[in-house]
Amino acid sequence: MSKAILYDSTLCIGCKSCEAACAERWHLPYNDKIAAEARLSAHKLTAIQTFGEHYSRRLCQHCEDPTCASVCPVGAMHKTSLGPVVYDADKCMGCRYCMEACPFQVPVYEWNSRLPKVRKCDLCYDRQQAGKQTACAEACPTGATKCGDRDALIAEAKQRLAAKPGNYYQRIYGLEEVGGTSVLYLSAVPFEQIGLRTYLPRQPLPTLTWRALEAVPDVVSVGSVLLGGIWWITNRRDEVAKAEGRKK
Amino acid sequence: MTGPRPRAVQLPRLTIWRAIFAVLMLAAAYATYLRARYGLGAVTNLSDQFPWGIWVGFDVLCGVGLAAGGFTLVAVVHIFNVEKYKPILRPAVLTAFLGYTLVVLALMFDLGRPDRIWHPLVMWNPHSVMFEVAWCVTLYTTVLALEFLPAVFERLGWKKPLGWLKFVSVPLMILGVILSTLHQSSLGSLYLIVPGKLYPLWYTPFLPVFFFVSAICVGLAMTIFESWHSSRAFGRALEVRLANGLARVLAVLLATYLFARFLDLDQRGVLPLLRENRTETWLFGLEIALLASATVLLFQRRVRWNPARLYGASVLVIFGFIANRLNVSVTGMEASSGTYYIPKWTEVAVTLGIVALGFALFRLIAQYFPIFEEQHAEESPAAQTAAGTPRPEEEHLLVTD
Repeated sequence: MSKAILYDSTLCIGCKSCEAACAERWHLPYNDKIAAEARLSAHKLTAIQTFGEHYSRRLCQHCEDPTCASVCPVGAMHKTSLGPVVYDADKCMGCRYCMEACPFQVPVYEWNSRLPKVRKCDLCYDRQQAGKQTACAEACPTGATKCGDRDALIAEAKQRLAAKPGNYYQRIYGLEEVGGTSVLYLSAVPFEQIGLRTYLPRQPLPTLTWRALEAVPDVVSVGSVLLGGIWWITNRRDEVAKAEGRKK
Repeated sequence: MTGPRPRAVQLPRLTIWRAIFAVLMLAAAYATYLRARYGLGAVTNLSDQFPWGIWVGFDVLCGVGLAAGGFTLVAVVHIFNVEKYKPILRPAVLTAFLGYTLVVLALMFDLGRPDRIWHPLVMWNPHSVMFEVAWCVTLYTTVLALEFLPAVFERLGWKKPLGWLKFVSVPLMILGVILSTLHQSSLGSLYLIVPGKLYPLWYTPFLPVFFFVSAICVGLAMTIFESWHSSRAFGRALEVRLANGLARVLAVLLATYLFARFLDLDQRGVLPLLRENRTETWLFGLEIALLASATVLLFQRRVRWNPARLYGASVLVIFGFIANRLNVSVTGMEASSGTYYIPKWTEVAVTLGIVALGFALFRLIAQYFPIFEEQHAEESPAAQTAAGTPRPEEEHLLVTD
């Protein structure tokens, strides 16, 4: 069963308990100044954002078919069967293609370190393995962030949409975006109004590069035969010309 | 940096180019120190929103493209057996080899953990375009070194290894052409993954094809460019007849490329974007204007047969190409990133330092190894006269003019 998070913007009161719990779990500093930052960074792996009277939460979306894992040349990112997309810092060489490619602009970098690492939320992989909730879900006082099985959370989200249709924009964000994500959103207003990217395709992005990479074996095999053949013909022509004395 | 010259008895004279070179090297050395000491954050204007800057956009994307003359000429001379281009083959291979070496050098600056540059060779992820890029760079740099090795062996008078190299040369050259094809196009494929981020004037499923064709174009332009510079620096005549042949191919390729670009824009229905008054529109216009004006010039006989004009046209192609790569990697990515990126002086210093190093290394190697000598054996004297009078050896010239 794949784990996921359901974030219900209509229940969020912007208390930022999730931010504090996340910082504590990663042993990162947390104070008023950091709490005021709305952006993800190497010292802030989740952030509550304010859009008028609505709140939104940023964290790694843990895509079903993650772009970061597909682009990483050394396979430092991978999607676990449990749901979280995790990062192996020992493999990472710092090309930052994951940051360039992530459709949600999630991975961040330790720019000021001499031995820098990429950082991002890992959906509390260690806690999940021990059967516990994520730190943010545990800390949330209103149930705005809920941790559970993805299928169960989707069912619950649909239930909430049906139960109080007036409270919700009638869609679940993360159900289909780039092939689906393990972080799902409910909101009172259309998702672009709480800072989410709604122009993303439904297909997983890795298929876009795979289409090009798939052609590599063909280019190599057909290319070698073709070039070898051309070489043989042109040289043979030359040899024949020489043998017949047309060219010295 | 340049060291004493073998035949120069007096102290090297201070020329404007030497002064510029020294300043660039000093600046780059200081920037290198800062990079090693304080990390990427201190020396770049990169951010979590904008993780790739000119070290990727110029040093890598342009560096690899500008080295494309090597594989293009290898294919023309050795595989298609058009022997008349042989005299300019070695300089092109040398440019390519230096280009790739400098790309690797640039990566040592850009990678967060340069000590792990070898990781992709061991930790595979065949789904990653960057993985393919890493393998192509490694293999092709090796191939280029082997392709250049005959010049070294000739210089040293080693006959036997020269024979061994001849034995493997054909498969090696075919491998080189295939690796280049893959590599040039895969730099375009890198950006296939960012449909929502790259501005639609540049994002197209055909990015790999466009990167490949434009790389061949700039490879040809670079060959003309460096032949011209070498002819001035080493007091030789420009191979005008050869350059003209390259220029004709270049004109046709460029025209096809530009036509295909606009066909693609039309097919995707994004041509109306050109009416919008935004930075992207203007920089797209600059890119197209440079390439289109070069195309128009190169179709004219009087441009192709005049070394100075031909040189000018090839410079336009090179700048147009650079504009394209920077547009894809920087301009086109800016709007969606939610931030602005202007390179820090340290980024520029490293980039310019690497370019200057490339010129200087080419000049040095061309002086010590038989890069141009094949010309005397094979070129007919008739072709020599067209380019104006060869000048005597000019020792005081450091880099180019």
